[in-house]
Amino acid sequence: MDSSQLLGITTFTYMFSTILYAVIFIFKAKKLGPAATIFTILAFLVQTVGLLLRWQESYQLGYGHAPLTNMYESVVFFAWTIIFLYLLIEWKFKTRVIGTFAVPFAFLAMAYASFATGISKEITPLVPALQSNWLLAHVITCFIGYAAFAVAAGLGIMYLIKNLSDSRQTTNDHTLLGTLPPLKVIDDITHKTMVFGFLWLSVGIITGAIWANSAWGTYWSWDPKETWSLITWFIYAISLHARYTRGWGGTRIAWLAIFGFVSVIFTYYGVNFLLSGLHSYGSN
Amino acid sequence: MNKKNPVFSFLSSVKLALFTLFLLAVTSIIGTVIPQKESMDWYIHNYSETTARLFQVLSIPDMYNSWWFLGLLSLLSINLIVCSIDRFPGVWKQIKADNLATDLKRLQKMRLSASWRSDKTEEVLAAELTSKLAASGWKAEQRKRDNSLLLFAQKGAMTRTGVYIVHASILVIFIGAIIGEIYGFKGSIMLPETKATNFIYQFGSGDRLELGFTIQCDHFDIEFYDSGMPKAYRSKLTVFEDGKEILKKAIVVNDPLTYKGITFYQSSYQGYDDFVLTITSQQTGVSETVILPFQQQQTLGSLNNTKIGIINAQAMGQTLKTMKVWFKDDLGPASTFWLNAGEQATVERPDGKYTIAGKQMYATGLQVAKDPGVWVVYLGCGMMILGLFVAFFMSHRRIWLLLTREEGKINVLVSGSANKNKAGFEKIFTTLATELEADTK
Ligand code: HEM
Repeated sequence: MDSSQLLGITTFTYMFSTILYAVIFIFKAKKLGPAATIFTILAFLVQTVGLLLRWQESYQLGYGHAPLTNMYESVVFFAWTIIFLYLLIEWKFKTRVIGTFAVPFAFLAMAYASFATGISKEITPLVPALQSNWLLAHVITCFIGYAAFAVAAGLGIMYLIKNLSDSRQTTNDHTLLGTLPPLKVIDDITHKTMVFGFLWLSVGIITGAIWANSAWGTYWSWDPKETWSLITWFIYAISLHARYTRGWGGTRIAWLAIFGFVSVIFTYYGVNFLLSGLHSYGSN
Repeated sequence: MNKKNPVFSFLSSVKLALFTLFLLAVTSIIGTVIPQKESMDWYIHNYSETTARLFQVLSIPDMYNSWWFLGLLSLLSINLIVCSIDRFPGVWKQIKADNLATDLKRLQKMRLSASWRSDKTEEVLAAELTSKLAASGWKAEQRKRDNSLLLFAQKGAMTRTGVYIVHASILVIFIGAIIGEIYGFKGSIMLPETKATNFIYQFGSGDRLELGFTIQCDHFDIEFYDSGMPKAYRSKLTVFEDGKEILKKAIVVNDPLTYKGITFYQSSYQGYDDFVLTITSQQTGVSETVILPFQQQQTLGSLNNTKIGIINAQAMGQTLKTMKVWFKDDLGPASTFWLNAGEQATVERPDGKYTIAGKQMYATGLQVAKDPGVWVVYLGCGMMILGLFVAFFMSHRRIWLLLTREEGKINVLVSGSANKNKAGFEKIFTTLATELEADTK
């Protein structure tokens, strides 16, 4: 078994997890709940082993670096973090339907990493600029933030769907959407997840600045990637203030969660392919 | 300033904050789409004459340093300052509040409260409750109020400052950036091996800037992975001041050298067609380093006037792989041999042995920066993380216990509140109240 096989399997297990959660949601098959959780945990463990193996393989090749250094590895880590956060939320808030809206992000990320053309899965050595522990801290913290924002966006979508049917007064406990948690609860978890993401994104931007300073002597140079991460940060700062001081909640915050995540995707993906800058190493 | 002043209330409003943050987010996009700091000709060529002129008027080519963008950042700062002036005194009052003087009627109405009766005397009960609270980290104070005794304990009062630490951190970061802008500089220098400089060229203007000391590149080399990708760029640097050697360090990307607040970063390199040879006498230890153009000989004055030259070489692309060395003294025919770049060989001559090391000659490209504001920026960053953590995950929790004599018994009323994470506090409160009741009934 090598890491690429394990990570390939992960793509399919996350697809199966997605289907399980969707079935629980659509057919109200509550009994399948524990099975979905256990299956997802197993898939998560497979991916964890895959990542660790890839790490070890990089040592065998004589490069020796954590699997967090190119587009492929970062997307895989992104999926890993989403599942990790989702399982944490499921355990903390004791609700499984969120899985229907969160796990697909991990599956899509893995599918993208595995099948998109133009993404190299090879383990490559680190060019000198990337040989820094600050870089490692930077990538890990940013991706924890991004994963939280992905989950928050999933929750936002869930909120909007439920809200739509609530306002048409079609929801009751027996209909499909009746199995979703009450709007107030979704709203609360969305907010908490965004707050969590904001903290990590802040740390991510800061560690990135420290890295840049130790490599080039400039902690901030307004390169497109930096600027977009700051734009994303502003969007979430706006959401926090709108909620905390102007009492925004519900639909508006749900939209902001989705909108913020679009900005995350652009920061992470769009900048590499549509704009140019220091971070273009991520494009191979 | 009068707090009812409309200017004050505008400048302290969160509406303004939302508006400014929104404008900052939206306008920041411009500079990521339109390349920055290109020449006017470049913009004319890639856009149109009129568009380029319009860009110039609006400072688009350097928008992050433009008057309007800096204006937005200033507005954000003023907003933050005025908002804090407006709110912080109120928060400080809450932190320093005399909670033993609280309105007793309010305690009954609190969302979290419980009560029970006890046969014990007031003093015994107060002492027991105090020690029970202390066991779970609550330090209680007490005061006689009318006919009752009020106990109060709190945790995390200072966490109310969390948000203000975050807000202050943004100002600290700005101050650090301004210090760097005023007292710092950025520049670069291309320094050939064995050469030294006491100045650099400033970015932007290209002006010469005196360092106040001398820096020399003793050696530069590139290490490769087996695949041929570069693994490390390394420059050995020496700092001299007043002719004295002060400091030696080998720098690589991500590990610079700093002297007198000026930092030298490994940023690029340039290969030459020349060779750098170091010849050492194994008897005397005397050593001489020379730079040799291809197929020219040079006399080594400190090594018995021996002569050295490179008579052949092989390169892969721009990179020298191996060279043929020619080495001669007056005592016999010349020695010639192949030497791999970056390695050394021993040569035996009638009067002794020599070690000869050879490599391609390079110049190291150094980025040079002085930024006395960077530690202020880092301080601000630290404050921000600390403040965010406190603001998001910590809360101010308060507990009151009111002991009142009623029908020959003591009635205990316990109430509590938290400013954040109310659900979490409710659990803690309920457990604590149940325990206190069970222990003191
Ligand atoms: C990028 C800039 C800013 C950041 C990162 C920031 C951050 C924060 C954070 C993390 C909170 C706590 C929110 C919560 O507990 O959920 C907060 C609250 C708050 N912010 Fe900001 N803020 C910024 C700018 C501003 C500005 C310009 C104002 C000016 C009015 C402002 C006014 C407030 C107020 C009034 C609160 C609520 C404080 C309270 O009573 O607890 N913020 N801010």
